[in-house]
Order: sequence, then structure tokens, then C-alpha cells
Amino acid sequence: MSKMHIKLTVNGQEHEMLAEPRELLIHTLRERLNITGPHIGCETSHCGACTVDLNGKSVKACTVFAAQANGAEIKTIEGFAGPDGLHVLQDKFREHHGLQCGFCTPGMITRAYRLLQENPNPTEEEVRFGMAGNLCRCTGYQNIVKSIMAAAAEMNTAKEAAE
Amino acid sequence: MKDLTEDQIERAAKLKGMGTSRKRVEDVRFTQGKGNYVDDIKLDGMLFGDFVRSPYAHARVKSINIEEAMKVPGVVAVLTAKDLEPLSLHWMPTLAGDKQMVLADGKVLFQGQEVAFVVASDRYAAADAVELVEVDYEELPVIVNPFEALKSDVVLREDIKDETSGAHGPRNHHNHIFTWTEGNEAATEQAIDSAEVVAEEMVYYHRTHPCPLETCGTVASMDKVTGKLTVWGTFQAPHVVRTVASLLSGIEEHNIRVISPDIGGGFGNKVGVYPGYICAIVASIVTGKPVKWIEDRMDNLMATAFARDYWMKGRISATKDGKITGLHCHVTADHGAFDACADPTKFPAGFFHICTGSYDIPAAFVKVDGVYTNKAPGGVAYRCSFRVTEAAYFIERMIEVLAIELNMDAAELRRINFIRADQFPYQSALGWEYDSGDYHTAWDKALKAVDYEGLRKEQAQRIEDFKAGKTRKLLGIGLTHFTEIVGAGPVKNCDILGMGMFDSCEIRIHPTGSAIARLGTISQGQAHATTFAQILATETGIPADSITIEEGDTDTAPYGLGTYGSRSTPVAGAATALAGRKIRAKAQMIAAYLLEVHDDDVEWDVDRFSVKGAPERFKTMKEIAYAAYNQAIPGLEPGLEAVSYYDPPNMTYPFGAYICVMEVDVDTGQWDIRQFYALDDCGTRINPMVIDGQVHGGVTEALAIAMGQEIAYDDMGNVKTGTLMDFFLPTAWEVPNYTTDHTVTPSPHHPIGAKGVGESPNVGGVPAFSNAVHDAFRAFGLRQSHMPHDHWRIWKIASDLGLHA
Ligand code: FES
Ligand code: FES
Repeated sequence: MSKMHIKLTVNGQEHEMLAEPRELLIHTLRERLNITGPHIGCETSHCGACTVDLNGKSVKACTVFAAQANGAEIKTIEGFAGPDGLHVLQDKFREHHGLQCGFCTPGMITRAYRLLQENPNPTEEEVRFGMAGNLCRCTGYQNIVKSIMAAAAEMNTAKEAAE
Repeated sequence: MKDLTEDQIERAAKLKGMGTSRKRVEDVRFTQGKGNYVDDIKLDGMLFGDFVRSPYAHARVKSINIEEAMKVPGVVAVLTAKDLEPLSLHWMPTLAGDKQMVLADGKVLFQGQEVAFVVASDRYAAADAVELVEVDYEELPVIVNPFEALKSDVVLREDIKDETSGAHGPRNHHNHIFTWTEGNEAATEQAIDSAEVVAEEMVYYHRTHPCPLETCGTVASMDKVTGKLTVWGTFQAPHVVRTVASLLSGIEEHNIRVISPDIGGGFGNKVGVYPGYICAIVASIVTGKPVKWIEDRMDNLMATAFARDYWMKGRISATKDGKITGLHCHVTADHGAFDACADPTKFPAGFFHICTGSYDIPAAFVKVDGVYTNKAPGGVAYRCSFRVTEAAYFIERMIEVLAIELNMDAAELRRINFIRADQFPYQSALGWEYDSGDYHTAWDKALKAVDYEGLRKEQAQRIEDFKAGKTRKLLGIGLTHFTEIVGAGPVKNCDILGMGMFDSCEIRIHPTGSAIARLGTISQGQAHATTFAQILATETGIPADSITIEEGDTDTAPYGLGTYGSRSTPVAGAATALAGRKIRAKAQMIAAYLLEVHDDDVEWDVDRFSVKGAPERFKTMKEIAYAAYNQAIPGLEPGLEAVSYYDPPNMTYPFGAYICVMEVDVDTGQWDIRQFYALDDCGTRINPMVIDGQVHGGVTEALAIAMGQEIAYDDMGNVKTGTLMDFFLPTAWEVPNYTTDHTVTPSPHHPIGAKGVGESPNVGGVPAFSNAVHDAFRAFGLRQSHMPHDHWRIWKIASDLGLHA
């Protein structure tokens, strides 16, 4: 199979590579670039463990070809914590016990981030609906929802303070 | 206990010991994507393995041609049973005393069975080659129903067809595995024969699957230079895996290192030993390169570790005012193609004989027949302690059916039959000694919390309204009072492949007063790194934040039997507490020496030893730790370390009262959970936040099982639910908020009184959901309807009851 030239910006860093057209983005991230935060739970778009942020949208990296992502800006869980420590979502998941085995967590937080960009003030119902593409087998979601609501509140307070 | 002074309370709070909702130390890594799961492991030159699987449920394998597959660039080897045979690894022993094909040896017995193992440079090449392996099959008749299997002439297991006896005694048919009984049959029959009221019912607990979000996988690496084999994998019992690997391969045990890295959920799925592990190890030995094998989701649902599949025929008898006199149960257990159930050796039906539940039943008898069918092997304890979920579901359904027979309120029927608090320790008719309980208190608290009487009134009104055509929604009140049995277990009667089910903890206190502790268990999300440190903080006075917990590496951790069956807290938790007490005992001698008093003249004071009657004269644990390493103390060895191997004297018996209030739509079969109340009594509570989390997760798994999740087969043995499209895992959208509550009845035989909680919510949750569905239709004549209660099945109940007319 002839290879394609692909350029990706992941968490602010540029990468160039040659890859077969059939290579899935999740494998590019995990196997080539060693970005192992996004996980594989199904490879059929159901579980959301592989969720990354691609050009400002949540996508399931197991059902996107690397070639489709050519030129894209991608943010993964590795791109959240900054020099001042954890991102508020990461911090709230920890504070409200929003994770157990941690396997779904990178996808959950990455999805929750985009959800809160799109809807900074969601109701509990909107959070539950907006997170329905991400499965968790451990937590029963109650504390995930709580974590996201708490993060939204804190992000809004910070925004108000800044304005 | 003396009341603590303000100063003591302050010092205790700093320890973050038992009883505090300490935040999890694991989360800093996990929230940043810095977990290290098996598929994250990458080694130089690593190869990737993948299976050719059988599309048929029963077929003869006439030939396998690997020629085309070998031509795929990157393909290194294709292993078949023929390659494994010289090593005697084409079959492997199962946990249940049976054997299982590693790769198809002449025939296949279930869809998805492993036929050949392709090893290639990457997963794409492996997948390409899998497609090109040509297997010539000759189809054979398929049996997916255990009752049919026992009547059929078709021999499933030709390898043992002439054996009249198996690991668990006589076999009475070529598709029969074992018969196992417990209790007094004559007394039970007599109680039932002479009873005023008898209820009889077939209760089916369908086949399902634990389906953790991370599938199973391994990386095996044989270092030809040192002769050392290292195996990383999704193992809930890494030490047992090492021993088994040594016995099977002939490699000496010290030359095998098994590591369970972070595990993305287990729920029983990762207890078993699967062909993928063996094939990866063999492939690494053959190629001299590390070999990775990771299941995909379909492999996982089709081939590794189903749960349940119990047909439970029950009879329960009572006086006409509701006092239960006898319980009889005959289980037909579908074990699939190989008996690979994960149960302690002597218990082929696990602890199913906890099926008298929370009730004082004078006579009981159970009989379990294990049967082979053309389905996947497994029979793991999916968030359950060895068939306890099946037992709890059985008795909680039988109680409901009896209540119908007696025309009695099901809450009241439970109340008058509960084992009373003054009867503990209680000897059950099926041979268990329940350690402690106070069921009436828990029950009353639960009923009051949900306003049970108010709910019943509302339900009666709803039925009126329904009959009057004012609503199409019925209200179900699902009651459950469950008793679990966990913490396997006493070595005298519990072992896995001959390994006694003790557990262990080893502690080293460093000179500056911080510590590391290693255990024989392995967390799969249960927060061991957080909670075991809390036990030690309370026991040793060292802050939990200064204690590292490590598990899962057999080169460093003490031998233990692993984490499943809610055994970590009851067994390893006890070992941890006792190891901590050994540390304290030595610390006491050191403190007395430093304070120049007799050993008996110092007393423990939260985080220090002080002179009795003179609390201002003390040595903190930090000071004591330093002294242990830098002072020559007459009569004492230097250092401060301890190890404890704990063999529990008994199991623990957590219990709980769960109530589910559900609306069901008669016309669409849709359900809506209005309220779910979960009261758990797991004895002493180590970390309430973690306990709540366990309950939320366990109840959600119960919801899945009761309301839609199943591994279903068609008559040809095709798996109909092999992807997450068909296999129900609830999302945040379907799941309600739960109310959690508790009572505390410590275990009298456990060093800290803790009983374990991880599995209770699944054990109690399933009957609560199912009983709610049944209860909604009770007034219209429903007695028993099989799970899972998906929308179609609920619609069907309504239809069969004539409610659509
Ligand atoms: S792995 Fe991509 S959605 Fe499950
Ligand atoms: S924390 Fe385990 S799957 Fe979500």
C-alpha cells in the first residue's frame, strides 16, 4: 500500500509522517507518537475511550483515519495540565471521585472540555446527554456528572472574575 | 475507648486514616492520561499477535493452511495446535479442574474459539494475515440449550466422552460435567410436603458478560540471555498466573516475573487464564521477541469469560402466616464448551449455597448440575463472589413469588423471616456461619427512607387510574434484602488450583518515617493505593500521604491470591492491619528504650507512644523509625519492617437493603427509574467516598444486567450480542442518581471489622430492578418473567397479561 504524507499538530506540537491510508488516528497517536492517554475500548465508535478534540470537535479517534486528520489541530488528555498544575476538569474529577479504573477518564475529560466550550452552563440533563457517547463501567456516572457540573461552575466563576 | 482529646483529634485528622473520605492518590496520574495499561507497553522489537477464530459453534477442523498468511509482509509465524502439541500446550488446565483447548485441536466447540495465532510486526499485518489463514471446517450439530444437551446423542467433548467421572465426581451423560449438592434433602422434602403453602418457580439468570472498558491483553517477553520471562497482563491474580505459567512451561518460578500494570476494570473478566496469554508466551519463547496480544471488543464478548447462565428451579414452603419452613433449589448450569468457571476448587457452584439469603430457613437443599453446550467457556464471578449474585437473585425472586402465593406484602414477609440480630453468629441450613448482621434495623431504616407505605398507597392509586384509563404507566416497587458472602477464604476449604486463598502485606518503614507497603492483591479501580494506606495510617500513625502502596509485581510483592470476590479488604486488608500491628509492637519496644521506661509503661497515642500517665513524654513514629535505623538497641534487630500472611478464620457477610421505584410504560415497554435507594452494611467503613463510588458503579452494572444486557445465541450458536451496538452498557443518559445509606455492623473476626463492599451493589441491585418490573405487574397476575427486562420483553409482559386490549 502506498503511504501518504500526513501532518498533525497534537497538543501544540507538529508531527509529520508517512502512513498507510488505512491507519486509524488512534493508532497513529498511541503507537507512533506515544500519546497513550486516549484508549481503545471498542474500535466501533461506541465507548468514547479514544475521544480526542479535533479542530474544535470531539471525535472518536478509532473511527477516523490519520489521513482524514491531515493538517488538523488535535488536543488529547496530555494537553490539559499546564505549568500551574491540573486543568480544572482534571481537578474536579479528582475531587468528586469521578473516576475509578481511569480507563475512560481521558476520553471523558476531553469530551467534557468540548461540551463546556459549547455549553458553558449546562443543566444536569444536558451534561448527561452530552456525555452519552462516553461509556464508563466503573462509576455509574453520578460522580462524573457532579465533577463536570463543578468544573463548569468554577470555570464560569473564573471567567466572571476575569471580566 | 476513651474519648479523644482535641489534640488527639487534630493529630488523627492529619493521618487521613480509616473513616475519612481521603481523595484518591491514583487520580493525579489517571486524569492526565498517565496510566500505564497493558496496551500502553512498548518494547523494542515487539511483535503483535492476533487470533483466527471459528465462525462455527461446532465443527470439525479438517485442515488449516497457513501458506498465504505467511506471505504477508511482516508476518513472522502462524501457530496452530500442532505447533503447541510438542510443548503439551495445545490444551491447558482450567480453574475448575477441566481442560480447555488453547488452539483448536481437531474441532471447535463455540463461536469465536481460538483456531490459530498469527504473529506479525504490527497489528495491521497480523489482521491481514488472519484473513488469509484457510481453515476447512465440517459443521456439526449445535447445542445451545443445557436441557437439550443432557438428552442429546451429540457428544460435545469427545476428548472425555468415556470418562464417567470428572473433577467434581460422577458424570451421568456425555454432556454432563458434575452434580453437586448441599443440605439435607430428606428434611427439606419433608418440610415442603407438610407445608401449608408452597410456591414453585423456574428462575433464570441469563448469560451475560463483565465487559470492563479495557479488554484483556498481555505482553510476554522472553529474554534468551538471562532466561527470564516477563509477562505483563490484565491479571486479577498475578501471583497465581506466575505459578501456573511455571507449572505449564517448566520454567522455574523465580525466572518468571508477572506484572499486572494498571487495569482498566476487571469485574471478574480478568481472573481466568486465556489462550491469548499462553500463545503470546509461546510466541515470545519461539521468536525471542516480546509479543503483545490485545483482544478487541468482539473477541472479548465472544470468547473470554461469560457470567451466570443459571436455570434455577425453586420450591419454597411456608406456614399460612408466612413463616418459611423449607427451600429447595435445583440448578441446571450452562458452563459452555469447557468448564472454566472461576471458583475455589472445592466449590464447583461457588458459594451458591448462600441462597437462603437473609432468612432463617430451617431446612434447605440445593443441587447443581453442570452441563456442556456449544457456548463460550467462563462462568466468572461478574462483580460477585462466586455465584452469589445468582443465589441472591434466586432467593429474592422466590420471596416475591411466595408473597404472591400468600397474598402478603413482600416487605412484611421478609421482616418476619429475617435472621434476628441475636441469632448471630448464625448457622445456615446450608452450612455457612454468618458472622454478624442486624437486618431488621437496616430494613426499617430503608423502608422509612423511601416512605414505603406512601409508595404502596401511590401504587394502589396508580392501578385504579390505569384501570380507569387515566394513565398507561404502572409503578413498581422493587425490594431486596441481600446477604453476601465474601472474602474467600479460609485456606482449609478455599483454594485456586491448589493455592490456599490467604493474602498478604509487607511493610517497610523508611528511616525518615515514611513507608512502602506491598500486597498480594491488585487494584482494577478499587483505589487500593488510597485505602490500604488509610488502614496503615490508623494502625501505625504514619500519615497516609507518606505511605506508598504497591501491588501487582510478583518480583517485589508478597504472594497473594489477588483481587476478585470482594476479597481485598476482608483478606489483604486484614493482613495489612496485622502487619501494621507488628510494626507497632516493635515500635513500642523502641519507644520504651528511648524513653527509658519498661515496654509496658508506654501506650499508643494516635501517632506516637507516650509514657502512661505522662503524655508529655513521648516518641513519635517518625522518631521511632529513625531510631530503628540509627541506634543500637540491645536485644532488637535494626530496621522496621513487617510482613503478614493472613488466613481468614471465616468469610465475611456484608448485607444491604435496596429499593428501586420504577415507572413502566405498558405500551412501549420503556422504563424510568424514579428512585433508587441503597443501604449497605459492609462493617467498618475505610473510605466512605470510595464506598459510595463502588455502590454507584455496582448498581449501574446491575441495572445493565437486569434491564438489557445479555450474551444471546441463536440456534446455530451465533453470538447475537457481540458488539457494543447490541450488548447493553448504560450511558449517563439512562442512569439515575442513586441515594446511598449505611448501617455499620462490624465483622467480629476481622482485625478492623471490615467486610468488603465492591460486589454488594451488583448482588443486591439486580433483584431490586427485576423485582420492580415484576411488582409493577403483580396486580395484573405476573409471577415470573425472565431477565433482561428490555423494552420488548416488558412490552411482551403487558401484552401477555392482556393489557394492550
Ligand atoms: S475505542 Fe473509539 S469509541 Fe471505543
Ligand atoms: S473509571 Fe473505569 S471505565 Fe470509567
